[in-house]
Amino acid sequence: MTDLSLSNQSVATKPAPPTEATAFRLPTQWFGVAPFFVFTLMFLIMPTLYLVIGAFQTGEGGFTLDNVLQLVSDPSISNSYWVSIKISFWSAIVGAFAGLAIAIAIVRGGLPGWVRSATLTFSGVASNFAGLPLAFAFIATLGRVGIVTVLLRDIFNLNIYALGFNFLTTWGLIVVYLFFQIPLMVVIIVPAIDGLKKEWNEAAATLGATQWQYWRMVVIPVLFPSFLGTVILLFANAFGAIATAYAFAGPQLNIVPIKLYSQINGDVLHNPQLGYAIAFGMIVITGLANVFYIWFRTRSERWLK
Amino acid sequence: MKSGKFWAWVVFGIGTAYFFIPLLATFEFSLRMRRGVHSFDAYQVVLGDPRFQATFLYSVVAAIFTIILGVLVVVPAAYWIRLRLPQIRPVVEFITLLPLVIPAIVIVFGYIRMYGSNSPLPFLSSDLGASALLVIGYATLALPYMYRAVDTGLRTIDVRTLTEAAQILGAGWSTIIVRVILPNVLIAVLSGAFLTFAIVIGEFTMASLLNRPAFGPYLQNIGANRAYEPAALAIIAFAITWGCMSLIQILSRFAPKSANRPN
Repeated sequence: MTDLSLSNQSVATKPAPPTEATAFRLPTQWFGVAPFFVFTLMFLIMPTLYLVIGAFQTGEGGFTLDNVLQLVSDPSISNSYWVSIKISFWSAIVGAFAGLAIAIAIVRGGLPGWVRSATLTFSGVASNFAGLPLAFAFIATLGRVGIVTVLLRDIFNLNIYALGFNFLTTWGLIVVYLFFQIPLMVVIIVPAIDGLKKEWNEAAATLGATQWQYWRMVVIPVLFPSFLGTVILLFANAFGAIATAYAFAGPQLNIVPIKLYSQINGDVLHNPQLGYAIAFGMIVITGLANVFYIWFRTRSERWLK
Repeated sequence: MKSGKFWAWVVFGIGTAYFFIPLLATFEFSLRMRRGVHSFDAYQVVLGDPRFQATFLYSVVAAIFTIILGVLVVVPAAYWIRLRLPQIRPVVEFITLLPLVIPAIVIVFGYIRMYGSNSPLPFLSSDLGASALLVIGYATLALPYMYRAVDTGLRTIDVRTLTEAAQILGAGWSTIIVRVILPNVLIAVLSGAFLTFAIVIGEFTMASLLNRPAFGPYLQNIGANRAYEPAALAIIAFAITWGCMSLIQILSRFAPKSANRPN
């Protein structure tokens, strides 16, 4: 067995030997990946490019910047972008720090082993529990006749709606989005915290570092790229989410994905090309975020091998 | 150290409260349909609703086709990249990450405009075509997860040696993929499949915009019109997600551990 894998490694490192080239004669180099490229080209890249090009076209097909400029000049559209960015940003930041705190607590807090495995299992479930059912759960909890709303009113004489709580406010939505943002952070950051080797702590201690110095000069720099990368992933995650918010308020809520949804369904903006521009704007924002994400990710992976 | 443990419990406790109160409250709420007593009436109403059965069945079938399509697209590509084209791995990985960058609503908007009834490929001119387009859209959404699952599975087996051994024994490409590679990465593929199922089953945006009779639009409709049934549906959806994730965890215990890390 060892012999086999050894010879295999030596083959793998050499450039392809000529005998091998004659052994695979019929299929071209691209044989196996062709379905993948055809599929992604037809159903991922081309539809997206179609919208991007459409964003810069007039109804007759000529080039124009009017659609994209209208994203900024039309107050209802620019406002919806602003609300979406605010919700995504704060739910990502709060979710990231809360998730990090939970991850550190279960990995480094000296809690019993079952806490860690139970939390990770639950996080895997909750990070995928989004959309309409999540909204239903929160309506049953904090809606106008929700269990917690009623309990707070009857027992503590505290009417949260009188205090200004509402799912349709920025913070109302953030509280709900945290239900999938925090677990997603936990799922991604726990392996990164596991990647902190015990030896680093010992090495730092041997060199005379205090615990605080170890955190400041080893832990934070090592975790920072994957932390920041995950924040960006959380941002994109919240930015594209539509079903949860739609369940609370239907088409009235003014966030970008719902605006686009109404536009696709019924051209509410009375300009089909403007729909393309809104889609283009969404791609630009999540795209920028993800460029950073990939960059941070590759930087952090070097440490976690 | 002791105070560290104290704070760890505090954080864990707050987290538990945030996550369990809504779930418990939803469960309690779902039992309140009959006035004055706790009952499973809401569940009975939901499960007995023919529209529930029809839309749920539709989404299950769509999820199964999504998984098949995803496997057909991803497995050969991931295998081929390991075997022959490691140099294009970054390109493929980048493409598989795109569905995380491009929101689902944008992708489906592109479909509606590109594959409408008077386009060269009029998917949307028939019901079957629109359903096919929904499955395609779901496969696109699942692409990042499916690709990562399969690629992780392939990492644990020696693709090159297995392929060469099969070729020496006279196997063709389809035999190699179906009878040698696929059984070896089956557990990884199944993990990807269950995750795909969890993502697809209650998906709303694509199904609604393609006007399909799927579970997601049904959920929306019930949510807008009923009081107790949505809570029951939320519990059912949570149970389905939980089931999928548990199956993935159980499967991961059977996954081969002896990684030989060719890269």
